[in-house]
Amino acid sequence: MSQPKTKDHAALAEAFIQDEERVDWHDGALWYIRAKRDIASKSIPEWEELREAASQIKSNVISNLHGYLLQFEANLKKNGITVHWADTPEEHNEIVYAILKAKEIDQMVKSKSMLTEECGLNEYLEARGIGVINSDLGEYIQQIDNEPPSHIVLPCIHKRKEEIGELFHEHLGTEKGLSDPTQLTRVARKHLRNVFMTRRAALTGVNFAVAETGEYVVCTNEGNADMGAHLSEVQIASMGLEKIIPQKKHLGIFLRLLARSATGQPITIYSSHYKKPREGQEMHLILVNAGRTRQLGRKDFQNSLKCIKCGACMNTCPVYRKSGGLSYHNTISGPIGAILAPNLDMKKHADLPFASTLCGSCSNVCPVKINIHDQLYKWRQEIVKEGHASSTKALGMKAMAWTLSSPEKLDKAGRAGRWFMHKVPFVVNNKLNPWYKQRDMPEGPKESFSEWYLKNEK
Amino acid sequence: MNVGLFIPCYVNQFYPQAARATLELLRKMGVNVRYPTKQICCGQPMANSGFEHLAQDCNNTFIENFAAFDYIVGPSASCILHLKDHLHSDTQEAIATEIRGKVYELVEFLTDVLKIESLDAAFPHKVGLHHSCHGLRGLRLAQMSELNAPDFSKPQQLLAMVKGLEQVPLDRCDECCGFGGVFCVSEEAVSVKMGKDRVADHTRNGAEYITSSDLSCLMHLEGILHRKNSAVKVIHISEILNATL
Ligand code: SF4
Repeated sequence: MSQPKTKDHAALAEAFIQDEERVDWHDGALWYIRAKRDIASKSIPEWEELREAASQIKSNVISNLHGYLLQFEANLKKNGITVHWADTPEEHNEIVYAILKAKEIDQMVKSKSMLTEECGLNEYLEARGIGVINSDLGEYIQQIDNEPPSHIVLPCIHKRKEEIGELFHEHLGTEKGLSDPTQLTRVARKHLRNVFMTRRAALTGVNFAVAETGEYVVCTNEGNADMGAHLSEVQIASMGLEKIIPQKKHLGIFLRLLARSATGQPITIYSSHYKKPREGQEMHLILVNAGRTRQLGRKDFQNSLKCIKCGACMNTCPVYRKSGGLSYHNTISGPIGAILAPNLDMKKHADLPFASTLCGSCSNVCPVKINIHDQLYKWRQEIVKEGHASSTKALGMKAMAWTLSSPEKLDKAGRAGRWFMHKVPFVVNNKLNPWYKQRDMPEGPKESFSEWYLKNEK
Repeated sequence: MNVGLFIPCYVNQFYPQAARATLELLRKMGVNVRYPTKQICCGQPMANSGFEHLAQDCNNTFIENFAAFDYIVGPSASCILHLKDHLHSDTQEAIATEIRGKVYELVEFLTDVLKIESLDAAFPHKVGLHHSCHGLRGLRLAQMSELNAPDFSKPQQLLAMVKGLEQVPLDRCDECCGFGGVFCVSEEAVSVKMGKDRVADHTRNGAEYITSSDLSCLMHLEGILHRKNSAVKVIHISEILNATL
């Protein structure tokens, strides 16, 4: 579900931060996962070598994508899976709709797939009379609250158990005030079980697609993808073009990295391999481009396609932890989202590469070694060059560059009552000095260092 | 060894005492150090805002001022990293490249070039060390908590040489403080929240002073501490290393 952009990241983040207690708890929950990831990664002596290997395998995929995709397609067909290619999100949705319509199916169960969120599949199908139920518990909660996921691995991490209890009370008839996670999960389980039993079609995402064998792997902790797929008459898998890995032997590397990076688990509970349809079942796989080849063509940004969607960069990102995933107004949020989004719509997402301190922690946790913070820096240059900086900011920057362009000008600015900081580095968006809102200015000393040096040393 | 002292613009204006401490400290170590008085900003504020192309004047002035030195040393990890990564020139790229290889942040200059093993310094206080991200992950002044690699810390190594100084442990040893250049105003709310949380980690653990090799982070944290009337103070690492009883 793509969110209509109403405000930019800074404004949405400011709104999220109003509830400081929630922020502290959100920050703490994600930090807890980051700490679990640290313990898990440090328990493997060859962790950094694994990251390097994964990164190189993905580099190979990026340079030879065309060949691997064709090999994968041929093997899928050999295995009896129908292959579809979709260039745009709309094409993807149309394909799913056509498959369901041909079988006269009007209800589908879906396991987590950020790609179909990106495509707005649920709304598309619902507008055509097809009901879709998200079977991942977190996504299910987001769905009944009519809100997109705020995190790619932990879709409702921004919600407290009391809020979830309230939602369940409203939608599933639980007792008011019930907020015990076990009890709530039981209710959801019962409800979803009924969904699994009655839906004839299931759609899953794809974590890894093996070119060599034509199989694909889906990882879930809840087993919901399997439940849906096993009971379905029609099984559909949607995958972005970049999900390819060359050989089955490479899977071990990625499966070891994925779960540890995502949640600190040694392995995801269910890593299910799908290869051919059961008797009487139809299997479809849709290969979706949706801007990926465009990103492939952007040299500075192409290795963002290595992403295995573990979410580690979000958990470690201090900006994400304090501002919440929805403040990124994009399906994929956080640091990786901020480098994927401008590829999709540079104007709409011009704010995202600036929603970072460039601290670099994201690049260090990334299991496939994407240089995330370098790419954020590069996007900033690109976005300004393309004219997407606000005119006040552009003017401010020119004024700053002018002041900073010669020692004389700078010195004058500095001496004028040390108003330097008001006027110079922070001249951007300077209606009311945002520095001063919650912070004091440094006390201006009587003389600058250069004044002192000229007096005493020359 | 001729060393050029690079004092970033905001340090020059707001923290002259740290600049003096840097100068004195280098002299104590027997280094021949000079401050070219016509220096300006390193250009980072523009570059980080996406206006790298407007930083050419800054780059050229930097080159004019510093090309002749064997080393260039400055008390600000963030500016030094910017120079190392992004100092370029339309007309003198060869010199720019050479300069990128000889700019040093003060701490790494002391540990890696001068290789100092002892200091005649005393600072009998409880001190929390704030790693600036650019110093930590950019210049690799210490091991990063995200990596699976042996531990080391250049600032800690130096602080351990200071008599009476007690380093307080932090709950999150290398979390970003939220300064981030223009981020501190363009994302004011997040920046302040990050800064508040950073300060809380230090105070909770009993720090009387927060130190760092980056004054920009300290300026941000100081602003927050002042606003809260906190007794905790910030101090640049050069002032500690240069302190005597
Ligand atoms: S960019 Fe790296 S850390 Fe972030 S989700 Fe993708 S693989 Fe994980």
